[in-house]
Amino acid sequence: MKILTRNIDRPNPAHIDSYLVNEGYVALPRALNEMKPEEVIDEVKFSRLRGRGGAGFPAGMKWDFASRDRRKPKYIICNADEGEPGTFKDRVLIEKDPHAILEGMAIAGYAVGAEYGFIYIRGEYPVGARILERAIAEAEKRSFLGRNILNSGFNFHIVVHRGAGAYICGEETALIESLEGKRGQSRIRPPFPVNVGYSNLPTVVNNVETLASVAPIILRGGNWYANIGTHECPGTKLYSVSGHVRNPGVYELPMGVTLRELVFEHAGGMRENRTFKAAFPGGASSACLDESELDVRLDFNSLAAVGSMLGSGAVMVLDDTADMVKVAHVLIKFFEHESCGKCTPCREGLFWVRRVLDAILEGRGTEADLDLLLDVCEGIRSTSFCGLGEASINPVVSTIKKFRHEYMAYIRGQSLAESSMEEAS
Amino acid sequence: MSADVTLEDVRQDAGLEETEEPLDLAPVQRIIESLGETKGMLIPVLQEVQKVYGYVPEEAADMVADLMGIYPSQVFGVLTFYTQFHLTPRGRHIIRACSGTACHVRGGKSVISKLEHMLGIGHGETTEDMFASFEKVACLGACGLAPVIMIDNDAHGQLDAVKTERIMENLREMDMMKRGE
Ligand SMILES: Cc1cc2nc3c(=O)[nH]c(=O)nc-3n(C[C@H](O)[C@H](O)[C@H](O)COP(=O)(O)O)c2cc1C
Ligand code: SF4
Ligand code: FES
Repeated sequence: MKILTRNIDRPNPAHIDSYLVNEGYVALPRALNEMKPEEVIDEVKFSRLRGRGGAGFPAGMKWDFASRDRRKPKYIICNADEGEPGTFKDRVLIEKDPHAILEGMAIAGYAVGAEYGFIYIRGEYPVGARILERAIAEAEKRSFLGRNILNSGFNFHIVVHRGAGAYICGEETALIESLEGKRGQSRIRPPFPVNVGYSNLPTVVNNVETLASVAPIILRGGNWYANIGTHECPGTKLYSVSGHVRNPGVYELPMGVTLRELVFEHAGGMRENRTFKAAFPGGASSACLDESELDVRLDFNSLAAVGSMLGSGAVMVLDDTADMVKVAHVLIKFFEHESCGKCTPCREGLFWVRRVLDAILEGRGTEADLDLLLDVCEGIRSTSFCGLGEASINPVVSTIKKFRHEYMAYIRGQSLAESSMEEAS
Repeated sequence: MSADVTLEDVRQDAGLEETEEPLDLAPVQRIIESLGETKGMLIPVLQEVQKVYGYVPEEAADMVADLMGIYPSQVFGVLTFYTQFHLTPRGRHIIRACSGTACHVRGGKSVISKLEHMLGIGHGETTEDMFASFEKVACLGACGLAPVIMIDNDAHGQLDAVKTERIMENLREMDMMKRGE
């Protein structure tokens, strides 16, 4: 089922004419001419669309909160920071269907009463940033953006802001700090950005994929969308599949597909003569699943039920050549580096977790270190100021729980150090 | 010390004084004029400054603070927070190798070793001839093509040591041709 990826295989897909061929910019005039802002919000509520940036918050509710706040101006921010390791689905939309994002933003702006939009795109996507800027210019020329859009009296302006390299800026309050020209450090929540966002004004922050789902919902109706996927998590999802599968890539599937189906039917299965060992179903900050969990459904609720999370839908698949201790080490080094430094548990805790893992990998670990790790990780999880610290320990905790024998092999000095994954290519 | 030898000369002889020409700061002013001096523009302004000089020279950062009415400490706070800002000169080409998990498990390490070997430098360093700077970075958002590197603005994927060598040789040739002109 192709909703989000309906346009990406066209020739010259990013061009406005390619977008217009397939009902592009039909939803926006419909919303402006035939629907009141409240009706647009209701339609999104009927769809039960949940945010695709990680937390899965209902988009319609978020818009509703922002629309009820009477202060002006309001802002729509498209979160295109896509920093979660293993995630590369927003990039596809940005590069191949930028107008779907712009149309979704304009509809969101109309719904909540915002006249300004920002796209915060990670600095590592310079090509994507240029494509978005070109698309904005195209849309302005044809009056789909700018002043008095299609003579409706509604104004909506979008500006692209390039990030400067900081994973934490994907977190919505850190992103807003960064947009305001500051160091990207998270703010306390509540108050939430819907009330106190950019310049302390009402602000909707939505992920690229969330916004790209909006125009199809307005076009076909919330009920149509609500019937795709699972009841709690409707719609299609872009899964970024990477690692040891035969065909890594972005796959659009109804929400709730099982890990087994995604890996073996869509991503081509494991590489020759290799077997499935584990997968991180929601990027670097999710708890891993092992072979016994291949039939888990990849949606917000099903993954939460097994102690993991869907996050951004980045499914990192590992085969029997993977060394889980090294994988955990690579991931924790990432979070240690990206910790913004604001709070102690995350800043200091991750440093020590990494040090203990260093010791284990170097053969200096003891079995008691594993309990120490779990203890420190619990401290980080329960006391960190923001989601980065909170989720950062999931790969370590889950690999200790599910692959303890691999840690023990290092501790006993029997690790298959040489047969490790570096050789696997 | 004879009268016509100034303190400056003594300093210079002792290698204490930079003999380089002072930096032309006119572009900084132009950037701020075109982008505006509201505080929210600080990061775009610094990005443009970095584009002009290849890095953000201290004098330029001070001038930004001055013209935008921000404390220099705030400007340096921002410059040191974000990994893409650099306070020292960098090579003509920026080579970023992904050290993310998806790249790591598909042979990223051999690509990184190849690059380090060919360039003769490690993470965060610049070759002496200013040909290139090298960085190991987190996931570049192209994991489907792992292992991945970025050369300036372009991503190259599905690499191994051999392909990496070829790409680097091409880059070196292009760089020499351009400089030969
Ligand atoms: C550490 C951290 C990093 C995040 N990175 C991203 C990101 O790169 N892109 C994104 O859309 N959301 C990211 N989020 C989630 C955002 O804070 C926010 O929930 C989301 O942008 C809201 O949009 P949605 O409701 O459409 O999902 C991150 C959250 C945390 C805690
Ligand atoms: S949890 Fe980490 S990233 Fe979040 S505020 Fe604390 S130090 Fe910063
Ligand atoms: S892990 Fe290398 S591009 Fe994502």
